[in-house]
Amino acid sequence: MKVPQISNAPNPATVTGWRRYLTIYAALWKNSIVREMGFKANFLLWVVVELLWFALQLGFIAVIYQHTDRIATWSKWEVILLVGASHLIQQLFTAIFLTNITQLSENIRTGKLDFMLLFPVNTRFLISFRQVDLGGFVNAGTSIFVMLYAGRHLGLHPTALQLIGFSALVLCSVLIHYSLMLALASTSFWTVRAQGIVWGYYNLFNLARMPDAAFHGFFRGFFTFAIPMLLVANVPTKVLARKLESPFEIGLLLLMGAICFVASELFWRFALRRYTSASS
Amino acid sequence: MKKYFHVINIGIQNTLVYRVNFFFRAMFALIPLLATIYLWRAVFGGRTAGPEIEGYTVAGMTSYYVLVTIVDALTAVTDDDWQIAADIRDGNINQFLLKPIDYLTYRLCLFFSNRVIYCVTAVVPVALFVFFMRRYFVMPPSAGVFALFIVSVIFTGLLQFFISYSLALLAFWVLEVSTFIFIVFAVEYIAGGHLFPLDILPGSLQEVLKFTPFPYQLFFPVSIYLGRVSGAELWTGLGLQTFWLVAFYGVALWAWRRGIRHYSAVGG
Repeated sequence: MKVPQISNAPNPATVTGWRRYLTIYAALWKNSIVREMGFKANFLLWVVVELLWFALQLGFIAVIYQHTDRIATWSKWEVILLVGASHLIQQLFTAIFLTNITQLSENIRTGKLDFMLLFPVNTRFLISFRQVDLGGFVNAGTSIFVMLYAGRHLGLHPTALQLIGFSALVLCSVLIHYSLMLALASTSFWTVRAQGIVWGYYNLFNLARMPDAAFHGFFRGFFTFAIPMLLVANVPTKVLARKLESPFEIGLLLLMGAICFVASELFWRFALRRYTSASS
Repeated sequence: MKKYFHVINIGIQNTLVYRVNFFFRAMFALIPLLATIYLWRAVFGGRTAGPEIEGYTVAGMTSYYVLVTIVDALTAVTDDDWQIAADIRDGNINQFLLKPIDYLTYRLCLFFSNRVIYCVTAVVPVALFVFFMRRYFVMPPSAGVFALFIVSVIFTGLLQFFISYSLALLAFWVLEVSTFIFIVFAVEYIAGGHLFPLDILPGSLQEVLKFTPFPYQLFFPVSIYLGRVSGAELWTGLGLQTFWLVAFYGVALWAWRRGIRHYSAVGG
């Protein structure tokens, strides 16, 4: 007997490999949109909150440049381009990952992780991609607008290659934020309450929007090679503004991206072994 | 009165659970602060117009941020507003309506114990930071100024609390207050002097800000300590700070009275 086809969408149970994950992710997106539209006013207010914080950062730059022409080698509009790029990266990260990762410690504490371990999908995939925060994409849009404006003041005419390079590096930076934050959140397998640590990481976003040339010595070394905060937004911006001192910087960002991702995967597997479930 | 001592005692014990959280919070908050100080040094280093920005030298600017950290640790509301909003939403305030205990005083006691524990956990990272920056750490001009600074810090703490408390009482009318809290927090962050000292702003903007409550939430006590306000200006400042303090106390009482009438005791 022939089973009647109910929908045109491919059935996740029958397709395999990455296409299966794409199908699942599309379903998760649909759920997130439905959920967000249930709280329209709240959605809009959150966009306002993020806009306000973005304006505040730009205001700080404006105030500083009232009293100087340059911060090390960086001019005013270059720094605004940098703040824009940093905001773009942060908002893409927020849109795709932030809600999911902050929920991890709660899922561990309450034992909800049990259910996720039982689903026939990669657990890391599920805990990383379950919800999409659409407001993040709206805010990423506003940062692109600010970057365009700064680019016009700087007289930038980026080539297609520059734009592709910038986009690729932005994705690599999002991957770095994601890997580091997941690793930090994984410490909740030991401490149970890791919100303080996750919140603390959020503080580090403040570093990403500062021009790297203002820093020296240990501080710069640490936040370049250990926690690459001074690379994530600086390198993509320098690609756009033709400020790169050497192509080595691009290689370094890509390398740090790869290292962070592999390290976070190893740590995640190690941490997951500690999981003992919460109740029953 | 005795019952409120018990509240403080219980508050301290409850807050101790979060000591690790507080410690990390204090540690991580120092990193962007350090970065801001380095950023200002680069600004001072690259200037050709002279070694001072609106009366701030590199040392003055550094001690400004160090003092902001200290005053913030002493007076900032970290979690109280969320807890008050949750108490109202979940119907936990029912018990306070039945018992001879005043909710505002109760929360004020908890705020106090919260600050005590926060300062105890933050003392190591903050002390290390101050030690690291000791070359730039200035003493107040005189003992009298220091006494006024202490008074102003206490007023700041109370003002912070009453503003947060009033804001959290919005939970009587709306389900989700977190966005409002974040919006006010953002304004406080820039207009309170967290991001940069307010007296490097254009003069007209400063004049307007002076009459808003925001500078009295952080900037004012810091500028007393640094000796940047004195004489008549200092006393007007303290007067305005007192005014806002009383005003928000009034708002808090009023909002509570109105809110209780609106309250439907969900989950009770």
